[in-house]
Amino acid sequence: MLTALSVTALTLLLIYSMVTNALPAIQKFGWHFLFTSTWDPVKEIFGALPFIYGTLVSSALALLIAVPISLGIAIYLAELAPQFIRQPLSFLIELLAAIPSVVYGFWGIFGLAPFLRTAVQPFLSKYLGFLPLFQGQFFGVGMLTAGIILSIMIIPTISSISREVFLAVPSNQREAATALGATRWETIRLAVLGYSKTGVWGAVILGLGRAIGETMAVTMVIGNRPQISVSLFAPGYTMASVIANEFTEATGKLYLSSLVEIGVILFFLTLIINGIARFLIWKVSNKAKGRIRE
Amino acid sequence: MNIYKRRKIINAFMCSATFICATITLLPLISIFIYVLSKGASSLNISFFTHLPRPVGEPGGGMGNAILGTLTLIGLTCLWAIPVGVLSGVYLAEFGNNKFGAVVRFSADLLNGVPSIVIGIFAYILFVVPMKTFSALSGAFALGLIMIPTVMRTTEEILLLVPRTIREAALALGISQFRMTISIVLKTALPGIVTGILLAIARIAGETAPLLFTALGNEFWQRGIMQPIAAMPLQIFAYAISPFDDWHRQAWAASFVLITIIFLMNFISRLVIYLQRKSLKAK
Repeated sequence: MLTALSVTALTLLLIYSMVTNALPAIQKFGWHFLFTSTWDPVKEIFGALPFIYGTLVSSALALLIAVPISLGIAIYLAELAPQFIRQPLSFLIELLAAIPSVVYGFWGIFGLAPFLRTAVQPFLSKYLGFLPLFQGQFFGVGMLTAGIILSIMIIPTISSISREVFLAVPSNQREAATALGATRWETIRLAVLGYSKTGVWGAVILGLGRAIGETMAVTMVIGNRPQISVSLFAPGYTMASVIANEFTEATGKLYLSSLVEIGVILFFLTLIINGIARFLIWKVSNKAKGRIRE
Repeated sequence: MNIYKRRKIINAFMCSATFICATITLLPLISIFIYVLSKGASSLNISFFTHLPRPVGEPGGGMGNAILGTLTLIGLTCLWAIPVGVLSGVYLAEFGNNKFGAVVRFSADLLNGVPSIVIGIFAYILFVVPMKTFSALSGAFALGLIMIPTVMRTTEEILLLVPRTIREAALALGISQFRMTISIVLKTALPGIVTGILLAIARIAGETAPLLFTALGNEFWQRGIMQPIAAMPLQIFAYAISPFDDWHRQAWAASFVLITIIFLMNFISRLVIYLQRKSLKAK
């Protein structure tokens, strides 16, 4: 009981100490902190907009890549794959989640970034270069690289949860669709995907929470420049990586407190996102239980 | 084209698309394996495990201090995180079916979702600022906060798998609920709890972000837990962003060692969990 209490106490202490340490910056800059983009430690003027932008864009990019692929994997594993492939394949995909994020970053610098610079980015700018998204120089490191690395890191999360959600769909749903003459894909689309929409949203949002909080891999490949640029090739910065890079160097109370405030924003952002995700998944598991009892 | 044909084509296309998704995802995994194996394994030698890092330009040297540091950090973390995690898990499983249990479960979930870098800030505020020095202790505190929710949840889940009949048999023989929990339930669930702990250790072994401003890193052998300490993930990070080929080789070797340890732990614990679940369900 005492130890259980200590877990709750520690969590409360975490929130309390973060907020009190961020107070100087909150009082000084108010809401401007969220909407200005000057980051000048010398003059002690801080605005977190470029970091918030970087976090949101890189995470959105990660979702854009990871969601279709994860759903594909989940459908394959839950509905289509032959029985002897299911276990080993899902084990391999879960291994992706076990690789430390610093190793992802390392691989990103020496494996992924050169590959993107020499092969993918020229290709994108040649055929899609009319979009402002794919203009500018090829650095290798940048928003696109960060998004791709993040997507690889969240695929295991999204795919394993959606797979469980798919497996929880009662088989009479599938049988009904098949009996009406639906093809295999139509069965999946109508019966499985339609039935488990809420749960899949939960999985996606949980993946988003992972992507937003991810630090090391992103720090190593995003280029770390506090700027807002439309192009995905350009370097950027995220909330987590500015904390990682500047926290130990932060001199001055206001500087440190601004970094803590970024931490507070990050904390509440992931809190809300995880809350929504848990609620959605909880709703699904209750619904599935209800159906089985009928 | 008639509608049947079209439906068949869409069906074939989408079904193979899901297969392609699964294959594409394996590509980065394979690529990382190839990089780590080809660059890491070749750079491994005895001195990697026993020597200190050398300054730039001097070939040789190793990561003995970082390996020892990681082991020390894991040990220190386990020292406080395992008791707290396991006991809380026991509490939740045995007595946690009330409002307070729900609150604890909720806060553990909350803690589990906190980005690891934020946990690092928390440990910095709580330990580094008052002690005025970066230390192994603060690093172990941060890692513990990451480890506890995992250990707690697996402990609870495993304990709930212990069949009611065993508990009732024990109580019927007249022993107290406390004794029943300790000597009957915990004993039955022990292998499962141990594997949960192994999984949690595998997770914290590779954590870097919470150590950046707690354990900090150290180029020399550690001197006590109140001093900065080296750790393999920190060393990989520092070497990876450096411009020196020799350091990159060392970092690949360290990645190789780290990944091998983590995968082995994952593999063993999954196997044991699988066997345990099977035998408990059979009962």
